[in-house]
Amino acid sequence: MKYTKEHEWLRVDGDLVTVGITEHAAEALGDVVFVELPEAGATVAEGDEICVIESVKAASDILAPLDGEIAEVNGKLVDTPALVNEDPLGEAWFFKMKVADLSVLDQFMDEAEYKELIG
Amino acid sequence: MVPFAGYEMPVQYAAGVMKEHLHTRAAAGLFDVSHMGQVILRPKAGMEALVAGFEAMMPVDVASLPEGRQRYGLFTNEAGGVLDDLMFANRGDHLFVVVNAGRKAHDIPHMATALADVAEVVPVTDRALLALQGPLAETCLARLEPRVVAMRFMDIGVFGSVFGDLWVSRSGYTGEDGFEISVPAARVEAFARDLLAMAEVLPIGLGARDSLRLEAGLCLYGHDLDETTSPVEAGLTWAIQKSRRAGGAREGGFPGAARILRELAEGPPRIRIGLRPEGRAPMREGTALFDGDTGVGTITSGGFGPSVGAPVAMGYVPTPLATPGTRLEGDVRGKRLPVTVAEMPFHPTTYKR
Repeated sequence: MKYTKEHEWLRVDGDLVTVGITEHAAEALGDVVFVELPEAGATVAEGDEICVIESVKAASDILAPLDGEIAEVNGKLVDTPALVNEDPLGEAWFFKMKVADLSVLDQFMDEAEYKELIG
Repeated sequence: MVPFAGYEMPVQYAAGVMKEHLHTRAAAGLFDVSHMGQVILRPKAGMEALVAGFEAMMPVDVASLPEGRQRYGLFTNEAGGVLDDLMFANRGDHLFVVVNAGRKAHDIPHMATALADVAEVVPVTDRALLALQGPLAETCLARLEPRVVAMRFMDIGVFGSVFGDLWVSRSGYTGEDGFEISVPAARVEAFARDLLAMAEVLPIGLGARDSLRLEAGLCLYGHDLDETTSPVEAGLTWAIQKSRRAGGAREGGFPGAARILRELAEGPPRIRIGLRPEGRAPMREGTALFDGDTGVGTITSGGFGPSVGAPVAMGYVPTPLATPGTRLEGDVRGKRLPVTVAEMPFHPTTYKR
């Protein structure tokens, strides 16, 4: 598992990268009440705002961590946004991406580095 | 913790906004609202002169308020806008006023000037203010002060207790039955700990305070009310008693009377409405509202309503568009999403009348 400064986690599953938000991020957001996902098949560039998460407190975005193509999205989150709080690292993945070269993941933090970031 | 009206306030406690909100509607929630301005108006030349002076500041009947009762009021300006909304109580030989935290620096000098000849305006700085809200608020507070059971909505009382004199009103800002309790600052921690030790009581932060009042259809000053908005536009005509309206015993005589009386007679050009977004996406404060391609207004408060189980909002639109069921659109992140004008409150109120 790799981590971004924006509190996303990235996990390699075969030739796809699965993306979600960390427990720390889910806790900071509070109870999630709305999730908007990108469309499967969309081409995205690193830094694009591709998901919206609204909690009882505020709205925030998930940025595309890498250039690539959205291969699959987790439609369950649209119907059950609370999954983001219940199981952020498991059932509440947001999307899976196809990227040209998986080695680009090396730039991101590992778990120890991420834990240091969030203190 | 976030800055709020010059205070550091918790958005939520350990339970989180959603649980805190639902707990308040199901049991009892304790709110620290000590940042609000508690003010005593002590008459210099008799209560009658004070009452008349206070009536000259707002379109509200002060004279008919009996001793031991509280009423909602609004300070207005010459343009008919709202300077602040407040609660005031008749305590026999003086009036007790509670104003918004963010407006006390305005309201206290405003009252001192307007009431210079008739009252001493005394800010109460040695007392905390707590609100205990929800269907079990009475049961819980009665364990500390049994006499509160006899109170009904908007009654006030002063009760000597082991915590010093408690200034209690049966009111609040959540739509639930409940109480606001002014407690000597030196004893408030013990008082709050006794309440929080009860299984029914949870501490509630700013987040749930906002979602509770939004579901109850209640205005938040600086968001749903401001110096340009008249009480009639804000849908607060219920706060303007007959005696201050055209044909009443003390018609007019308050700042902005020309506009406010005209809007009461003819209807206001725009009015505050409830809104139910049709999807799951909350429409928050600042969301622009459209009727077809025409911009028609703005959302002034909005978010997810935990008891409603869906997003809710309020905002202002031209009066012809204010009929419940009218379909409009809100601009959410560049997308036009459907939203329907709805009756308020969004969640039924349970005041003990």
